[in-house]
Order: sequence, then C-alpha cells, then structure tokens
Amino acid sequence: MTAPLHDTSAETAPVDPALGVSADKAIEGRSLGRIAWTRLKRDKLALTGGIIVLLLIAVAVFAPLIVGLLGHPPDQHHEDKIDPLFQTPIGTLGGISGDHLLGVEPGNGRDIFSRIVYGARVSLLVGFLSAMVAVVVGTVLGALAGYFGGWLDAAISRVMDMLLAFPQLLFIISLISVVPSQMFGLTGTGVRLTVMILVIGFFGWPYIGRIVRGQTLSLREREYVEAARSLGAGRRYILFKELLPNLIAPITVYTTLMIPTNILTEAALSFLGVGVKPPTASWGQMLSQAVRYYEADPMFMVVPGVAIFITVLSFNLFGDGVRDAFDPKGTR
Amino acid sequence: MNSSKTSGSPPGPAGPEAVLTYLIRRLFAVVVMLIVVMLAVFGIFFLIPKWTGVDPATMFVGKQADAAALEGIREKLGLGDPILVQLFEFFKGILVGRDYVSAGDTIHCSAPCFGYSFKTEQAIWPVLADRLPVTLQLAAGAAVIWLLIGLTAGVVSALRRGSIWDRMTMSLALSGVSLPIYFTGLLSLAIFSYGLGLVSNEYTPMTENFPSWFSGMILPWLTLAFLFGAMYARLTRATMLEVMGEDYIRTARAKGVREPIVIRKHAMRSTMTPIITLLGVDLGALMGGAILTETTFSLPGLGQAVLKAISEKDLPLILGVTLITASAVVVANLIVDLLYGVIDPRVRLA
Repeated sequence: MTAPLHDTSAETAPVDPALGVSADKAIEGRSLGRIAWTRLKRDKLALTGGIIVLLLIAVAVFAPLIVGLLGHPPDQHHEDKIDPLFQTPIGTLGGISGDHLLGVEPGNGRDIFSRIVYGARVSLLVGFLSAMVAVVVGTVLGALAGYFGGWLDAAISRVMDMLLAFPQLLFIISLISVVPSQMFGLTGTGVRLTVMILVIGFFGWPYIGRIVRGQTLSLREREYVEAARSLGAGRRYILFKELLPNLIAPITVYTTLMIPTNILTEAALSFLGVGVKPPTASWGQMLSQAVRYYEADPMFMVVPGVAIFITVLSFNLFGDGVRDAFDPKGTR
Repeated sequence: MNSSKTSGSPPGPAGPEAVLTYLIRRLFAVVVMLIVVMLAVFGIFFLIPKWTGVDPATMFVGKQADAAALEGIREKLGLGDPILVQLFEFFKGILVGRDYVSAGDTIHCSAPCFGYSFKTEQAIWPVLADRLPVTLQLAAGAAVIWLLIGLTAGVVSALRRGSIWDRMTMSLALSGVSLPIYFTGLLSLAIFSYGLGLVSNEYTPMTENFPSWFSGMILPWLTLAFLFGAMYARLTRATMLEVMGEDYIRTARAKGVREPIVIRKHAMRSTMTPIITLLGVDLGALMGGAILTETTFSLPGLGQAVLKAISEKDLPLILGVTLITASAVVVANLIVDLLYGVIDPRVRLA
C-alpha cells in the first residue's frame, strides 16, 4: 500500500479528504469512482468474485443455449436412469456421467445440470431486481427524510425503525402465501417472482434508507450545498445534482452486499415451499426435495447447495472488495 | 466489567426522572409496535384477499364449500364484525380472557387467550407454551456457542491483522455467511448422524431423556452457531479494528496502561456496543425466525408451527407466534438500549 496523501480536490472533498493517492503522482483531482476502481483492480479476491458473478450472469442469460449444448430440457424425465426399487439414480455419485454432467434427480430422473443452469435465472433475477426495488425506494425516501427533515423525517424514520424490528421472514412467507395465483395479468411463476421481488425489496429498503438519510443529513449542511443554494439553485437541483452524486458510493456498496442476502432469502423461500413452484427450477426448491433423499442420494443435496454457496460467496467477495475500495480510510 | 466510575451511579446527568420518562416513552413505543404488527397480520390475511377478489372465508374451508358452510365460518371467525371489534376482542382475550358464544354455548377462554385454531380447534396458548421451550433451548444454546466462537475469533483476528490466523478465520467466516443454514444442516445430518452415527437426528424432550436431548440438539446448535458465529466474528473484527485506532486508546497507552488492560478495559467496551445491538435483534428474531433450522432438523418449535399455520392460513396461530416474536424483538431492543449506558460510558440516555 502506498502512503495515503491528502487529496483535497473539490470533487472528492465532500466524502472524505483522506483518500489514497500514489506517491509518485502529483496531487491532482481524481473522482472517487476512479480511485475506487484503481483499488478494486488490485484486490485479487474481489476480482475473482466479480468474474464469477459475470460468468453466472452469462449462464443465466444464455441458459437455453447452454442447456441445448450440454444438457437436456429441464422438465424432461429420464425414468430409465432411475433404480425402480429405491427411486435413486443408477450409477455412482447420483448418476453423474458424460450424458448427465451433474447426475439426475431421484424419483423422476430430471437432468440436474440443466435445472441448476435454469435455477441461476431465478436466483439472479430475484437477487438483482429486489435489490433494485430496495435501492430506489430507500434512496428516494431516505433522501427526502434527510433533506426536508421535520415531520416527514420523523414519519419516514419511524416506519424504517418499525420495519427493521419486524419479524421479516415470517411476514415475507405470510404475504407470499396469500397472494392468488393470477395477478397483474401474470400467471403461476410470473406472479410468484413478481411478488417475491416486491416483498424482499420492501423489507430491504430501510437498510439503504437509513444510510442515505444519515448521509443526506450531514451533506446538506456542507458549504458547497450552501454555495449552490446562495446561487439560486432549486431544491430539485440540489437534491439531484449536488447530493445524489455523493450518495453513489454508499449506495453502491450496500447494493452489492444486499444482492447475496436476497439470493439467500429467495433460496430459503423456495426451500420452505413458498417460492417458485415446480416445474420451474430453483436451487432452494431442489434442496427441499433433497431432504427426503439425503441418506440415499447425497449428491442431489450437494449440487444445489454448492451452487448457492459459490454464487453468494462470489457476490460477498466482490461486495467486500467494493466496500474496501470506497472506504475513505483506505486500509483493510 | 464495571469500573468504579459507572457502577451504581444513575445513568445520565439528568437523574432518575429522565430515566423514568425515557422508560415510559419506550414502553409506549413497544405497545405501538405490537399493535402495528397485529394490524399487519390482520391486513395480510383479511384485506389482501379482499382486494384481490378472494372471499376470506373460502380460504379457510376451500372453494368447493357450500353456502351454509361459508356462512358458518364467517360467523365463527366474526368476519361480519367490523375490524375494530375483532381487534378489540383479540386484545381483551390476551389481557383478561374472553368468552366465545357458539351455537348457544358459552366457552370461556382465560388469559392469555390467543383464540382457537381454525384447523384443529385447539386453544392457541397451550400450543405456543408447548413449543416455545424448544425454540428457546435452540436459540439460547446456539447463542452461547456463537458468542464464544465469534467474539474470540474476531478479537484475535483484529489484534493479529494480516496473520495466517486472521486470513484463515476470515475466509471461514466469509464462507459461513455464504452458506444457507439448511444446506449446512443437511450436510451435517448426512455426515454426523447418518454417516458416522455419532448423534441423533430426532428431538427428545429434555425431561424425558437428557443424553438423547443433548444428542439431538448438538447439530442444530452448531449449525446455527456456525452461521451467526461467522457474522459476529466479522463484525467484532471490523469494530475492534476501528476502536483500536481511536484517540482514547492512544491516550490509555500513552499514560502507561499495559496492553492487555487496554484491550480488555478500554477497547472491548466499545467493541461490545454494536455486538449487543445485533444480539438483541437476532435473539428476538430467532424466537419466530428459527423457521429454517427447525424445518431442517424437524424440531417441534415455534418456527415449525408457524410455517404449518401459514400454509393452512390458520390466523390465530400465526398471530400468536408473530406477537411473541415481535414482543421478543422489542423487549430485547429495550434491554439492549438500557445496557448501552452500563457498557459504554460515552453513551448516556438522551
């Protein structure tokens, strides 16, 4: 690590002046984003996590192509691969072979590889979109509370405190279980996914909201905001042009760390039987089916478990790296 | 843990009167919170179906039920009564008990009365009282283990930052927070119970057979403690690193306080503040949120009961468990807030 010098350029000043700048360079203005990117590039673990995340996204996007090349249709049963007496796959390690790369499901013989590939779609879709819902709601309400203060702040803060103290998993399960199977012109899996995204996002926004509120509260008193105000800038201009750019760092950090949590929540809901319903594949749902077979066919449990683990771990590694890169104190 | 400076003295410069006001304000907030939780549960099970065009009564008896059965259910649930009347009756039941009039008979349900299950028609409170100890045992046992592991690992990692120990523990901790509990649970069941036959995979009540109880609880404890221990180790390390850079630590060292004392008396105090906050929330949430652990290990606790109740839309049971959970969360938060003043001399009730 190079010795941190003080970068006091106008753009970075509002965040924290103590940002690392390499010693051989003259002190010049660099945006926070560029400093963070330089740091992130040096963090091998975070980069590895980021690359795996990109690969997973590619797998989810090109799922039909990948399955067409290497697997079988995810709903196709292969009863010939199943021992009729014990209902377990024929062959070692859950029926792993060149034909079925990760074996077949006990009972009906569906190709596990294809279901894992399609399961990535559900996990990532819910993980990303619910984080987006939380970020949008949290940023808007947090900024409003922090900027306007008064009764608006009091009301929004109370709601956030309340939501954070709620027994969340319980409410998420209850909410999802009362939603009918047809809504918003969608049916089946579409409704389930939409509801999961909205509900997980709804319980996630107070985490972002609290941080944005705190940051806005301290930022709006800064001189540069006062300067903008004295030059006649309107509220909208100050909020969007002066405050929001300085909120990007904390929002980015919390979003990247929120996605893996949401992926775990989706898997948990599917495991408990309130997530997406079969035949749509999801990792949590595969694990819940594996409960019955963990003694006879442990591979069926290991494959989706490892898939969840790798995905969440990669997101966490990347998220930790992003957090460290944006950290004004600079050392890990 | 208390130094002579803080023990015994009333917290805060404003004196006991301020504490009383504070307590009353907090208790008021607790009551508001519980009412909101109840309204939310009521809303989920009565209003959402109404908006989406589903008759609540059909959710309980099924769509094929005839008109008479539907009418019976409506009367039994008091669905015809205004929502405020239903709420009032429910509160009255918990505080002083209530009477049910059904087909001319009057049944008295003494306090705390959470009503009767829609499905089994059993009183709710005995069911809750039966299952609460299992959840309590699970949470308490796991908490002891995760605090021991998490705090030790976090403190040692922070003090030896960058060492092999630090890197290994933190990698393990990162894996811990990335593993779903039902996966580690199933894995440990497959290895230690089915594979090696070391422990039981069934729950036995403690009073029935103590060794079997212990054998059945050890895997749930360790699995839960692995997840939370990993979270606490990460938090402890981060907080400790931050605290060790504070001015007052430098001052303590400068005035010649020996390092072990600096760590134990000065650094640990502020490190404990966020950890106790988290512990309060976690323990409270686990009262109803050990759903995943209880499902994985088939433990007959509150989480398992509520999951079944949700799938059967058994409102009184869901309300009972949610209220217990919400109370546990708010009470734990209250205790935590009061503990702050004792642990961290910089925090005073304001």
